[in-house]
Amino acid sequence: MNYDDRLQHVSVLGAAGKMGSGILLLTAIEMADLSLKPENKGKSFILNAIDLSDSGLAGLVDYMRAQILKTAEKKTIWLRQMYADRTDLIENSDIIEAYIQDVMRIVRPTTSMEAAYNSFLIFEAVSENKDLKVKILNQIDRNNPKKPWYFTNTSSVPINIIEKEAALDGRVLGFHFYNPPAVQKLVELILTDKSLPEMKQFALGYASALCKVVVPSNDIAGFIGNGHFMRDALYGIEQALKLSKEMPLTQAIYIVNKVSQDYLCRPMGIFQLIDYVGVDVVQFIMKVMNPFMKDENLHSELLDQMMELGVKGGQFSNGAQKDGILKYERSGPIAVYDMENKSYVPFDSFHTQADSWMGTMPDGFQPWRTVIRIGDKDTYFTKWFNTVSLANNNASVLAMAYGKNSDAIGRKLVSDGVANTDEDVNTVMLTGFFHAFGPINTYFV
Amino acid sequence: MAAGANTISMGTGRKEFNPKKERPGLEYYIREAGQAVLRQINDPEAIDEVVIGNFIAARFNKQAHLGGFAATIHPSLEFKPSHSVEGACGSGGLALIAGIRSILAETAQIVLAVGVEVQNTVKAIYGADILAGAGWFQKRKNGHAYFFPGQFSDRAGAYYEKYGYDYARKGMAQWFVNSIENARLDETAQEFHNSTADLTGLYNKMAPNGKNFVDHLNVLDCSKVSDGASGIIIASEEGLAKLGIAKKDAVEIMGYAQLTRNITEDPADLTELITIKKTAALAMQNAGITIDQVGTVETHDCFSIAGLLAVEALGLAEKGKGAAYVAEGKTARNGEMPINTTGGLIGWGHPTGATGVHQAVTLWQQLTGKAGNAQIQLKENRPYGLSINMGGDDVTVVSIVYKKA
Repeated sequence: MNYDDRLQHVSVLGAAGKMGSGILLLTAIEMADLSLKPENKGKSFILNAIDLSDSGLAGLVDYMRAQILKTAEKKTIWLRQMYADRTDLIENSDIIEAYIQDVMRIVRPTTSMEAAYNSFLIFEAVSENKDLKVKILNQIDRNNPKKPWYFTNTSSVPINIIEKEAALDGRVLGFHFYNPPAVQKLVELILTDKSLPEMKQFALGYASALCKVVVPSNDIAGFIGNGHFMRDALYGIEQALKLSKEMPLTQAIYIVNKVSQDYLCRPMGIFQLIDYVGVDVVQFIMKVMNPFMKDENLHSELLDQMMELGVKGGQFSNGAQKDGILKYERSGPIAVYDMENKSYVPFDSFHTQADSWMGTMPDGFQPWRTVIRIGDKDTYFTKWFNTVSLANNNASVLAMAYGKNSDAIGRKLVSDGVANTDEDVNTVMLTGFFHAFGPINTYFV
Repeated sequence: MAAGANTISMGTGRKEFNPKKERPGLEYYIREAGQAVLRQINDPEAIDEVVIGNFIAARFNKQAHLGGFAATIHPSLEFKPSHSVEGACGSGGLALIAGIRSILAETAQIVLAVGVEVQNTVKAIYGADILAGAGWFQKRKNGHAYFFPGQFSDRAGAYYEKYGYDYARKGMAQWFVNSIENARLDETAQEFHNSTADLTGLYNKMAPNGKNFVDHLNVLDCSKVSDGASGIIIASEEGLAKLGIAKKDAVEIMGYAQLTRNITEDPADLTELITIKKTAALAMQNAGITIDQVGTVETHDCFSIAGLLAVEALGLAEKGKGAAYVAEGKTARNGEMPINTTGGLIGWGHPTGATGVHQAVTLWQQLTGKAGNAQIQLKENRPYGLSINMGGDDVTVVSIVYKKA
């Protein structure tokens, strides 16, 4: 079975979810593009969008249309060639509309799992629950006579466990997209000892067709991305708790968030990132990873307490940030949750004290948005972190320790065998988390 | 002609342009340009007629019948003759010609000509559909997604083949550089805020790539997508006197021509703009002058290659020598023949239906010493200005010869 044939009948499980909808979109477009190739004319291409939520599937159709439109507008030159024989399609707008219809014609939204019983390829993007994943995949595999391949989007469960418990016998691999899949360039590819070589070949071809950067990760819970992020988040939480001995926790959270964003030149501070991913999701991933960790405890009391108080973060369906540990306006975070009073405390009410504790920002500071456009970032960061290391203020000390810890987390991922190389770790953090510099570097020595 | 005025040419390049925010529409631009003209005359009621040049508001703005907007410029323009004219990107030039004819026919002493287009209402990929209306629709199916860039890409490709790629690109690069440098001198220009230090370097970095755009042009070879309007008064000597405009503040129309090529036929020679050649020659003949008496030219550089080909069509350089003429700096503002001294369509902007009028405004400014920072000094033996406004692929052309009155 060649690449095109494999993609003739595909299912996405959890298609209405945040990750599932993106995977569905990218796969639908890839399948539609294959169907437009002259050699594939007349072949049928079917993509089941399977989800338990009826309302989710209704919203999915709107999302798909809007996203396919954007895609079509970007590749109209190619589409005009593909539709050259359609004499009824003349203007770009005609062609774009025809393409949207052709992609949508492939997609079959359904709440019925049985649809996957005929697929050659199945993407799994249901919630991050090992038992649920195992149950669904096993059920499909028992009923699907085609010996399908399974690409799971799990960000934390070891693939070999899914493989073994669902009895998939080498037909599963980890194909971990980053959020949102339609935008983020990174995919972590995780194979087991048994993964079929032809399945790996297909996965690489598929990733390349989607213009994704593939980083291989070894099959250890959390892989590279969450392996770094969870530990980095725990470190941030720990620093805030330490600081809270000399100031209110709300102020400490503000400081750690600000230092991890501004001084470390990241797109968002660590507490904002936890909110972005979702306090619940972060807590859950830690819970999934923790049993596999020998000498460390990936667990945060603070997150547990936040969850108990209903502080969850995450995003609205339009991508806007929900309030979590921090409260948001369009411009960004504006307040922080106070667990004692169960309400948000505006930054404005304490930022003078907090800023004075942090000290003056060293000269030469540039925000992440500006720095990512700099060509020679290494020279910039060497200079910047040298300046920070010489600055005699609390924020700079915190930033240097933070960077050093992030570096150590990265190196440990390599020494633990999660990542094969330093470069793989850096690629994941640069492309999956949009850091401006890789965690493994020489800036914090 | 006198009392010219331009709005800002709004679109990418202007700092204040934000495609996601709501922007003023067609009505605003007609009013702004019209009223800016009226502020320079002492009696708006003396205007006899209004002509509005517009290409295709019916699609960009879902608005036709633009003659009806004259009274929004000034109440006294209600119940006066007003109509719009269309000849694709040559619509502005046609508005001028319509006004000139009314004056010559003595059916009017004072005509207000306004050109307008508001294009940023749709994304470029749909704008390309709309602008393709300047070609023959029967050819749209086999045309490029970006139809007009595709047409002129074919012309550029033919030029490269005949005279050499590197040779041609050198001239086109210089055309782009001149356009931006001139636009930086006019605060209404779309590229006024352009601060790129190494324009040639930028141009050379962007090799044409047919996968993303067209085969033989990059985006810097193209004119801008613009919202804008320009207006000017066309008047007889009596008309000027009525408006209180001194002769020194006006330019005289010494001759004009308007010719049109068969839109259903492909150009016989892709490396020649034959309609421009014939029209400009006729305009100069009507004015009784030759090209060596012209001190400055405003030409329709919808694409840099059109600029090079116009240089050849005007006889400034022989066929195939236009690229060298431009590369040597002869069309720069301090060169032998300053062309497009406020940036032309690539630098100032190209609100399609307004462009012909904008060219008249620039020449009026230059010949009467009102061009501000963009002012050039004309030599005594070259007192004439010449404009070339083109609709479609060398289909409808208007050429006018001006001299300080």
